[in-house]
Amino acid sequence: MADTQIRASADALLRARASARGPRDPAAVIRWTLLAMGAIVMVMPIVYMLSASFKYPYEMYNLNIIPKEPTAENYTYVLSDGRFYRWFLNSFIVATCTTVSAVFFDALVGYALCKFRFRGRYIVFIAILSTLMIPTEMLVIPWYLMSRTFGWLDTYWGIMFPGMMTAFGTFLMKQFFETVPDDFLEAARIDGLNEFQIWWSVALPMVTPALSALAIFIFLGNWTAFIWPLIVTNSQELYTLPVGLTTFSVEQTVDWELIMTGAALATIPTLIVFLIFQRYIIRGIAMAGLKG
Amino acid sequence: MKFYRNLSISQKQVVWAWAFLALPVLFYVVIRFYPTGNAIVLSFQKWNMLGARNWVGFDNYVKLYNDPVFWKVFRNTFVYLILGTPASLVISFVIAYHLDRVRFLHSTLRALYFLPFLTSTVAMAWVWRWFYQPVPIGLFNNFIASLGFQQIAFLNSTTNALPSILLPAIWAGLGFQIIIFMAGLRAIPTSFYEAARIDGVSNWTILREITLPLLKPTIVFLVVFSSISFLRIFDQVFNMTTNNPGGPLDSTKPLVLMIYQTAFSSFDMGYAAAQTVVLFTILLTVSLLQLYLMRDR
Repeated sequence: MADTQIRASADALLRARASARGPRDPAAVIRWTLLAMGAIVMVMPIVYMLSASFKYPYEMYNLNIIPKEPTAENYTYVLSDGRFYRWFLNSFIVATCTTVSAVFFDALVGYALCKFRFRGRYIVFIAILSTLMIPTEMLVIPWYLMSRTFGWLDTYWGIMFPGMMTAFGTFLMKQFFETVPDDFLEAARIDGLNEFQIWWSVALPMVTPALSALAIFIFLGNWTAFIWPLIVTNSQELYTLPVGLTTFSVEQTVDWELIMTGAALATIPTLIVFLIFQRYIIRGIAMAGLKG
Repeated sequence: MKFYRNLSISQKQVVWAWAFLALPVLFYVVIRFYPTGNAIVLSFQKWNMLGARNWVGFDNYVKLYNDPVFWKVFRNTFVYLILGTPASLVISFVIAYHLDRVRFLHSTLRALYFLPFLTSTVAMAWVWRWFYQPVPIGLFNNFIASLGFQQIAFLNSTTNALPSILLPAIWAGLGFQIIIFMAGLRAIPTSFYEAARIDGVSNWTILREITLPLLKPTIVFLVVFSSISFLRIFDQVFNMTTNNPGGPLDSTKPLVLMIYQTAFSSFDMGYAAAQTVVLFTILLTVSLLQLYLMRDR
């Protein structure tokens, strides 16, 4: 432990020294400039989308980014019939419920498979892991037929049920529960906590970074999910934001500034959340990606 | 309760384990395994959702084999994969490699590169679709025209449409790959580099002999992750070609779009199920290849 800490701080020191040498080096300046240009190119589509949403049609097709005559009229128009609020709410409800459920159950299953000794443990783990190889696209037809039989078409439950638990999350949580020492759980057991309490109040708090990383991943996935909500919903009141945006954009056909406004409305919430939790989100993605 | 109290500690654990797992096991059986079996069974049947399901043996697969559209779609799907995966991996590695050495405004640059990953695919498909429009609408062509060149038919051409749709898909995925690559690069202890530098090894050799071999797990993960996402491409194609899905002349149609149309426009459920089995086989091969490559780590 101490050894790795020393190693880590030595690494940090060497990195700091390397970077201190940086700015004077012309190669470093070129590197930085090219990277900065690349970064600007990366965000250009988003910038032009936002810019177009504040432009009048006559200015729409100019290459300038700052509108000469900025207007909020596009937003007033797009929001006027109230559909976007509804789609936003639907996406929010669906993504939130799925995330809560998936994080809860993935952590529960991951813990059970990691910390309990029982027959069939390995088989359950392999069975769950093997579902990772089954693509959603293969399941949409049976899910659709199932939803039709049970009357789940055009309901929130219909949109949500396939994502209530995830094999990826289960695997991820199992990996992280390996880092929780059994002594802690044993101590809690001696204190008279039952196994659910041990999981909830001892083990879970020790893996909160993993839980939030998983929550970010699942929320994002459901927020942008397209093919299943497209199939399972029929009425516009039940559309999620991406499905609604497709319908809206097809209706507008040539009014690109309105389409861009719709696209901006679908993007702005995620941009705001990202700007607030930037560090956290990036660390979470790296963590979930590397362990997964 | 009395029964429970009489159990030994390990027996209690078994009871708790299954209490934890009961609902999830039910979920995986009903929502994952049963539908998988159902899709495979359906692929041997003919059914238009109204009449009876009739067993037709391998007819759907034979039909698929003889369907010229399927082979076109099959080819498109692999073109997305073969162009998309190497391009996105090389670009994201180069950016991550250099970004890792930059301190000034490091987290701002990283955030800008990452930003597109968080956008909704549908929203961005429409933004890029606008960019690709002909003069006087599309920004790309307006820019090209302002330089005095002839405009390019992006989405209306059978040769340009597929790369044009692929580009936003690569763009949106770069941020994620950069973050993963940087995390992988950080995991390599600096002492390796210091040792190499003392030995006077060139940067290029360090990259080839130290960085890339030690990065292998990350690379394998990203290759598989991005291969699977390119093989499953749908949102971009669907939204950028809504007036003629997969067009022009099926030149951009990927397998998932063909499945969607067969199932939910033509209601030829058995035929669509056979297509999903083909998709499943392809993805399974890719995943097994990953397991194989990871083994000799």
